[in-house]
Amino acid sequence: MNHPQRAEVFNRDEDRVDWHDKTLWWVRQKRDMAAHKLPEWEALREAASQIKHNVLSNLDEYLVQFEAHAQQNGVTVHWAADATEHNQIVHRILVENQVTQMVKSKSMLTEECHLNEYLERNGIEVIDTDLGERVVQLAGEPPSHIVMPCIHKKKEEIGEIFHHHMGTEAGLSDPQILTGLARTDLRQRFLTRRVALTGVNFAIAETGEFVVCTNEGNADMGAHLADVHIACMGMEKIIPKREHLGVFTRLLARSATGQPSTTYTSHFKKPRNGQQMHLVIVDNGRTVQLGREDFRNSLKCIRCAACMNTCPVYRRSGGHSYHTAIAGPIGSILAPNLNMADYADLPFASTLCGSCSNVCPVKIDIHQQLYKWRQVLVQQGHVSASKAAGMQAMSTVLSNRRVFAVAGSAGRTLMRWFPGIVSNSLNPWYKQREMPEPPKESFREWYEKNR
Amino acid sequence: MTTVGLFVPCYVDQFYPKAAIATLELLEKQQINGGPIQVVFPKGQTCCGQPMANSGFEHLTKPLNEQFVEQFGAVDYIVSPSGSCALHLKEHLHSDRNEDRATATRQKVYELTEFLTDVVKVTHLKARFPYRVGLHQSCHGLRGLHLSQMSELVASPFSKPMQLLNMVDGIEMVNLDRPDECCGFGGTFCVVEEAVSAKMGKDRVADHVRHGAEYITGADLSCLMHLEGILRRQNSRTKVIHIAEILNS
Repeated sequence: MNHPQRAEVFNRDEDRVDWHDKTLWWVRQKRDMAAHKLPEWEALREAASQIKHNVLSNLDEYLVQFEAHAQQNGVTVHWAADATEHNQIVHRILVENQVTQMVKSKSMLTEECHLNEYLERNGIEVIDTDLGERVVQLAGEPPSHIVMPCIHKKKEEIGEIFHHHMGTEAGLSDPQILTGLARTDLRQRFLTRRVALTGVNFAIAETGEFVVCTNEGNADMGAHLADVHIACMGMEKIIPKREHLGVFTRLLARSATGQPSTTYTSHFKKPRNGQQMHLVIVDNGRTVQLGREDFRNSLKCIRCAACMNTCPVYRRSGGHSYHTAIAGPIGSILAPNLNMADYADLPFASTLCGSCSNVCPVKIDIHQQLYKWRQVLVQQGHVSASKAAGMQAMSTVLSNRRVFAVAGSAGRTLMRWFPGIVSNSLNPWYKQREMPEPPKESFREWYEKNR
Repeated sequence: MTTVGLFVPCYVDQFYPKAAIATLELLEKQQINGGPIQVVFPKGQTCCGQPMANSGFEHLTKPLNEQFVEQFGAVDYIVSPSGSCALHLKEHLHSDRNEDRATATRQKVYELTEFLTDVVKVTHLKARFPYRVGLHQSCHGLRGLHLSQMSELVASPFSKPMQLLNMVDGIEMVNLDRPDECCGFGGTFCVVEEAVSAKMGKDRVADHVRHGAEYITGADLSCLMHLEGILRRQNSRTKVIHIAEILNS
């Protein structure tokens, strides 16, 4: 199913749509309050955007620098050209350590690469330790949001999932109690797993260090207790220097949830004595995106999800309607880069209202890129023949003023005489909206008579 | 004398002639630097091309662009009662035949409230509209043309349409819970993504109705046409009206 079809299903339960919309709008409002407390907010966004601009222009050098420094720190660095290679590298590390169980904190990259499914097929048990991710993992669903993976679930539903999968008491819905139960269950996993995988929010070229941001401390619990820490990062996560980090950490949590900073902002440099630390640096289409000038800036993304929370379409269609690991406006400009045929619907799942581009902490021109993707997709033939024919007809009529005047007049007359030709169930406009009432004369007809 | 070319969007010409008449009359009353304005309506105009371009068919708008440059190349200003069409022209009007002329044409395009505020510098209006009115901030006018300050940015508030509406006698503007959320029209989005589009429209309408608006106004009839479709389906007493009709009332 494509986005409009999935969105239509989501909208069959209007109360749920209202609840989803209000929940995410509240997050947007918290973002606004946090941003407005910093008079320098817009300057900060500009600085972040420019730093990332520099990174993208010099990515090759920064990556080599980062690798060298990380290796000096005792970190093993791996390079993965695509999702498959990434998954194979992680699997190989697990096999080499004779481990069949692993804890994993939040990493959208591993969602993008479908790591869990790959490892499970190869006999590895993966436990997601981010609470939201754990909920969707138990439910057998992908995350619907990159910061709040189970935001589409109501607390009563989470109680039900826990009851079903963890054997907790039925009918629980108190968030505090549910969180406590998940924590107890996860604690046991943290203590017994020898390998922990984390994502990476920022990788610092000048030092080889990397930073992982969470609100639950689950990345730290995993990494500090395990013998092997695997950190996976998209190659665009680089920032040049330590001094740039503050620009991003100030923007990230405020944009994401309205917090001044994430509860845990953990800096990793080198493995503890006896510990292994692996970094997997992944391309998976990023080089291609870097080569597309119109879409390059999408690689500036720091995965804050502000564009999702503000998006009026996302709020009313739900994250799963985007059928890709990264939903919402940013996902809609990233996904076609990976596969145009599969994601040709996504750049059209927007009104081009522009709210996304203006909340984006790194100033990605998201809505402009949506517009440009539409042009590319049509040029590449990812459009229905009927739509193409309709557009050609429209262009022909509008390119000739006499045809336009006659067509308009005839159309209005027909609408007045036979309203049923447009006001019927085959017309998607008419399903929930009345058609405009056609006036007797057009403006140009009036103008001829009166001026 | 300053010449203003009136650009009436295709659907406004066909479905909302009253808004175009109000725009014409309103412009004819204005002066620039103490001198009168001559308003002309080039008759060969049709459409800015946005419906095709936003659907991914910008390449089909070339004949429309040439037509537009030909029709409007000679006037001093081009004014349109639609933020969305004005924005499209400003961003995408190009010409294979004469790009310099297209650039010059592009640069003199104004949305109506922007023209009244920034070029005419209107300080008072002889208008009376004794009703409770909600202002719908259309996205392309708001975030594209920057007709008002958007809630996303940490920046000083201002609003050109509101500044003009506040000059109208008897008008009472209502506050909204979400003063600048999209209505969900979005061109072909309104039929391609019918479910989400209609829901967005219903939510926008509810905000205005909840706050007692008798009229919803705005600088873009495309959004208002969508909201009107929903209001009429709900048999609501709230109506839509283009801002030019209020400013010219």
